[in-house]
Amino acid sequence: MNRPRPLSPHLQIYKPQITSVLSIMHRITGVSLSIGSIILVAWVVALASGLESYSYFINITNHWFSHLILFGFTFALYYHLSNGIRHLFWDAGFGFELKSVYLSGSLVLFTAFIMTISTWSFIYFFENFTI
Amino acid sequence: MNNTMKSDLAKVQGLGSAKHGVGHWKLQRVSAIGMIPLILWFIPSLMLTIISGYNEAILWIQNPFNATGLILLLGTIFFHASLGLQVVIEDYVHSEGLKIISITFIKLLSILLGVLSILCVLKIFL
Repeated sequence: MNRPRPLSPHLQIYKPQITSVLSIMHRITGVSLSIGSIILVAWVVALASGLESYSYFINITNHWFSHLILFGFTFALYYHLSNGIRHLFWDAGFGFELKSVYLSGSLVLFTAFIMTISTWSFIYFFENFTI
Repeated sequence: MNNTMKSDLAKVQGLGSAKHGVGHWKLQRVSAIGMIPLILWFIPSLMLTIISGYNEAILWIQNPFNATGLILLLGTIFFHASLGLQVVIEDYVHSEGLKIISITFIKLLSILLGVLSILCVLKIFL
């Protein structure tokens, strides 16, 4: 009865493919976004606590390292959003042919990159976050 | 041992590897669909408010439609995140005790952060 259950093949023996890499990226970005949501909480908490706390928050976010984290966060968000939509299409029964899977995968990556670059071009056009 | 009061269905429910039905799966999708318009609305709004400063951000939240959207978004974010993190924990944490502890921790933390952030929006709005 207590025979060990069969194990899935180990990931290490597989050559990374766009399908598997995008799949694990959905999880990684999901977990990162969950952790990063604390930044959003910090934003509303700072706003609700008054001008002084808000300027403190903005000063931290204007540091180059914060920009780096926020850049990663933005990409994770756009990636998880587009790939999430891709998942919803699969749930509805569309796009299972290998050709479609590759095409939608590339489209997801392309969209995430373009949207991330556009967002940050906009922010840098206005120099910085202001108090 | 031979519990004849149970229906055939009741005897087998919960015995699958997931230990539950499709409720979790459905809620994950429903919250995902709900977040698509909310996120597409919120990102440009956030970008505009964060470059315009404190007063603009306060005014933005004081608009009832914006406050409603933001509260819905914050609630959905933490709900969706706790469902997602639960699946990740169930897949990778194999010790039963640690699994239950970490899932409980994630759920409580999500509720805490959700309530805190929504309360902040209400404070600004009211």
